Amino acid sequence: MRHTPAMLHVQDLSLTVPIKGKQVMAVDRISLTLEPGRVLGLVGESGCGKSITAQAMLRLGEYQGVLRSDGDILLDDQSLFSMPENELRKVRGGRVSMVFQEPMTALNPVFSIGSQITEVINLHLKMNKDDVQKRVIQLLQDVGMQDAESLLDQYPDTLSGGMRQRVLIAMAMAANPEYIIADEPTTALDVSVQKRIIQLLRSLQQQKNLSMLLVTHDFGLVAELADDVAVMYAGQVVESGTVEQIFDQPTHPYTRALMGCRPEVNKPGAALPVITGQVPSPGNWPTGCHFAERCPLADMMCQESVSLNAWSDEGHQARCVHVDVASPKPSVSDEATV
Amino acid sequence: MTVLKAESLSKNFRRGGLWGGGAALKAVDNVSIDLKEGETLAIVGESGSGKSTTARMVMRLIAADEGSIHLLGKEISHVRGKRLRMLRKHIQMVFQDPFASLNPRMKIVETVGEGLRVHQPKLSKAERRVRVAQTLQQCGMDEEALDRYPHQFSGGQRQRIGIARALIVKPKILVLDEPVSALDVSVQAQILNLLKEIQTQQNLSYLFISHDLSVVQHIADRVLVMFAGRVVEQGTVTDVFESPKHPYTKMLLAARPIDYPHERTGKDEIAEVSEGIADTGCAFRLRCSNVQDDCADFDGLDQSDDPEHSYHCLHPITD
Repeated sequence: MRHTPAMLHVQDLSLTVPIKGKQVMAVDRISLTLEPGRVLGLVGESGCGKSITAQAMLRLGEYQGVLRSDGDILLDDQSLFSMPENELRKVRGGRVSMVFQEPMTALNPVFSIGSQITEVINLHLKMNKDDVQKRVIQLLQDVGMQDAESLLDQYPDTLSGGMRQRVLIAMAMAANPEYIIADEPTTALDVSVQKRIIQLLRSLQQQKNLSMLLVTHDFGLVAELADDVAVMYAGQVVESGTVEQIFDQPTHPYTRALMGCRPEVNKPGAALPVITGQVPSPGNWPTGCHFAERCPLADMMCQESVSLNAWSDEGHQARCVHVDVASPKPSVSDEATV
Repeated sequence: MTVLKAESLSKNFRRGGLWGGGAALKAVDNVSIDLKEGETLAIVGESGSGKSTTARMVMRLIAADEGSIHLLGKEISHVRGKRLRMLRKHIQMVFQDPFASLNPRMKIVETVGEGLRVHQPKLSKAERRVRVAQTLQQCGMDEEALDRYPHQFSGGQRQRIGIARALIVKPKILVLDEPVSALDVSVQAQILNLLKEIQTQQNLSYLFISHDLSVVQHIADRVLVMFAGRVVEQGTVTDVFESPKHPYTKMLLAARPIDYPHERTGKDEIAEVSEGIADTGCAFRLRCSNVQDDCADFDGLDQSDDPEHSYHCLHPITD
């Protein structure tokens, strides 16, 4: 019998958030697959639903009233939503762990670095005290911390932002996870520190054949780390493909516009292309294509709902009915302001 | 014409110690700035480099311990009270966080019009309202905004309001402290375009504080790189970005995220933490690839013979 690799599947997941006392849909039937050894970049601007999707992977959003209205998340064919709380706790930080955005707030200020990592190990692995101590030191060394032993008794406030992020990554690695959910892992850090954390994440991911969901607004980070990409806009995945497909041939008008307005890909000083209008908030999505009211290609056809495979080519998909079959790029001239 | 000239600014902060007895932290050490009419001078550096402290000193929001500041030819570092308020007509600030920098209880017409109450007190309420509407319009906002409150706007719109608030008194200089770092990239593009447009129309000078080198390369004419409170390199954006002289500048540029996946180098070693700042000599020497013995005694002076591209390093990068 063929061994099927373990996978974490998000299947047609819809999430609602509480707005003024009502549950409003914020994520609309999103599907993602985390495969061993691959990094999936989930990109989008604020409010597109990427972070609540990431939190749902560990059912963390429920504490803020983010509820599932449809779909499922499957870990080895077992639904996270039908899992009892005690099993879920084993998954969290165990098989699936998380690296958060804010290294300044994600560590507990009143516990030492050593005790916080020890806690994770004790929760998930059966080890004797000496081995635990050794493992903590090894984990800190793995993330590039010199003099790991002396760090054990230090408190988070003595560390810089970059070092705290390393400690958080060490904690995320503590129980030998298979999946890492990294939500904007470098956003709060200085550029030079960012680069080091990127290298650290990539080498750990490769060494241990980890599967990672990388949630970010930053195409630079996607270019550095991701193998596959899903671009989100207003609660939906609007384009997905391999990182090469997305960068070489961005196809959905939103992806193209978003990539095109980065200063680094434009001539210094020249006016940057912009996307007119604003992202519609949950509850105010148009009935058809969510991007239609800001899209230069929009017409009557866009008022019907569009599926993600409206255009597809070798696994590369785009939720757009105006991708010209002959030329995979939407038929808008490159010079036009999108 | 120079509109803002700061010479040898220094600022120490006390750190630690319940009674302020801790050692002094040199937040800014001997920094000079020369901003010309109509140009954008960027100050780049990482957190703790002193770039925001420098901006706040030239704004006179905090007092410099040492140094002089000339605004439109007048020494202003000891001006106080009403005269200081009057000077602020010429130099205005735009802050990073459009969510925190607008008073949530004030309508937009009041927030944006506030500067006019100080600088043109004779204007009637109706005249003020007209001026606010005009300025908002320049910033891409329509009249409906006037009677709304900040929470009714998105981040990008709030930043437009913040820019309108600064522009309403018709300043010569805007000090922009990370004005686009809290914004999404699509919104960032709109705000950068707006800033460029207004600058050309009104011949404004910008002192642009940022940690984002791509944004700086896009918007600035000249750039000043700071490390640990000191200027390490200064020159035109083209010179500094294309042939950096200081090893720190070179490292910063190399740390920029790549633009496309095929630029990945594939060399990943887990680099150890290196965050040290030397107390004596060149502050960067603990992490510098060009470091030599004499760096420990370096006095921090400009080592270039080119006033247009200065660098403060004994062993600069040679191409």
